[in-house]
Amino acid sequence: MKDAVVRPLAAGDRMQRRWTDGRPMAAVAAEFIKPNDRLTAFDRLEIYNRMYWFRIIDCFYDDCPGLRAALGERKFSRLAVAYLAKHPSRSFTLRNLCSRLEQFIRAEPRWTAPRTALAREIARFEWAQTVAFDEAARPVLDPAELGRARPARLRLGLQPFVTLLALEHPLDSYVIAVKKRDALRAEASNATTAARHAARRHRVPLPRRERIWLAVHRVDNRLYYKRLEAPAYRILAALRDGRTLARAVAAAGRGVTAEQVQNWFALWAELGWLCRRK
Amino acid sequence: MPANAFNGRTDYGIGIGLRVPHYAHILEHKPVVGWFEIISENFMGGGGRPLEVLDRILEQYRVVQHGVSLYFGSADAPDREHLRRLKALVKRTRTPWLSDHLCWGSVDGTYTHDLLPMPYTLAAAKRTAAKIRQVRDYLEVPLCVENVSSYAEFHVSEMTEWEFLTEVVERADCGILLDVNNIYVSSKNHGFNPYDYLDGIPHHRVGQMHIAGHTKFEKYLLDTHDHPVLDPVWQLYAHATRRCGVTATLLEWDDRIPSFDEVHDEALKAREFIAEAKARKATPVPRARAS
Repeated sequence: MKDAVVRPLAAGDRMQRRWTDGRPMAAVAAEFIKPNDRLTAFDRLEIYNRMYWFRIIDCFYDDCPGLRAALGERKFSRLAVAYLAKHPSRSFTLRNLCSRLEQFIRAEPRWTAPRTALAREIARFEWAQTVAFDEAARPVLDPAELGRARPARLRLGLQPFVTLLALEHPLDSYVIAVKKRDALRAEASNATTAARHAARRHRVPLPRRERIWLAVHRVDNRLYYKRLEAPAYRILAALRDGRTLARAVAAAGRGVTAEQVQNWFALWAELGWLCRRK
Repeated sequence: MPANAFNGRTDYGIGIGLRVPHYAHILEHKPVVGWFEIISENFMGGGGRPLEVLDRILEQYRVVQHGVSLYFGSADAPDREHLRRLKALVKRTRTPWLSDHLCWGSVDGTYTHDLLPMPYTLAAAKRTAAKIRQVRDYLEVPLCVENVSSYAEFHVSEMTEWEFLTEVVERADCGILLDVNNIYVSSKNHGFNPYDYLDGIPHHRVGQMHIAGHTKFEKYLLDTHDHPVLDPVWQLYAHATRRCGVTATLLEWDDRIPSFDEVHDEALKAREFIAEAKARKATPVPRARAS
């Protein structure tokens, strides 16, 4: 029954008429499900098949507004079904539904071409938001301890809810614009016809290529995107990857002053990004 | 029975689900509410806003956990990570009991996130009861299993749903979360008398009740939790209260959620039926005189 429930729907959001071996689905359903005086076995199984897909597609739509805007409705819908058919939920929570989406887009670019590179970045960005929302927080590092430590030996951790992203597109601005547009549409649902049409027509332009370095994180349990300078990104990435403090600072490269590095660490400490390594 | 071993010997009264659209109202206005039911899975991340809100709610209110993915009826062994996180949440909320559904929904680690109906067989009852005992022993909190709404029945079933429910809870020695809306929906979908269901379960095991709205389609009812409670369901609830005693009652409203006041007012309609049940109990039935 589970295989029938999770099988992609046919056109018109109906259960497929044939089973994987070619047999009529009505006959397959009748083997284990009783009909009643109103519904056939096929009808009864179809209720569960449709509910499954409506539920997870709904969740996918909620988690990926940026990807949906970038690909358009039709391509996004096809991507959703292809991804969820290949990667059904393997977690007790729907929160993890999109955890393998970037990997899927990379492995099967046909669903997102010709915008595959952009789609991959958006998938990474939107997953980072899920992580920032409710990933655990470790005890924050005491600044005094930082001052006492030997940089050549100290290894710091980056909070699990902080995701570092090196991107080719300014996705922070793009996704903010998409969310604003979606909020406008929601408000316009009760507005005049002209306002509704205006809201529907407004399409957020795709982001132009621009290299940025970004941290997706939370402060006081609110989601934030913080742009980073490239050397700061390199330091944080090195810390995240387990380098000692000394080697992480060295990863910043030339042209970075001690004052800059001090100011960055002070800010990251204030934001609560730094913690003990697990 | 009201306070019993299956609800931690508590008498919680009428509660509603804790839902995101109501967070701001609850935290700002601090309305008087008997208790809140939370969906455990929504608070099993490691941190962030969900747990922040939960901790603030716990400062002021009683909270009971209700789960949707333990899948007592699935053949898979319980997921250890799931149980570990669930136990941490149980300690955080100090829930006096925990509930989840008599259903399956996962196979070989793939989750449908639905509450799929069981085949009502003795073998299934034995296996399900064993899993409930295993989970309860790990969580160390009383468990209640909820009857689900269903839209399909299986040829292999050997007994009625209420006989199956009874078999499971007696073997597991656990409680029942009696969802009267689910009984009504299933009774219409499968053509049985819902009062037979209510009369056929072990009433002393009912630790909690659910009431909710549903949607009527042309050929079936769907358990949508997006409407007020319909009158036939209230009548079932009245009968359940008379048979089981006044029991912790929770209104489920999970979609197209109206204002907090509208949801709470709907839940408080249960008072009428609770009062009626208490009045009936207070009025002794005259003994028949010997002729």
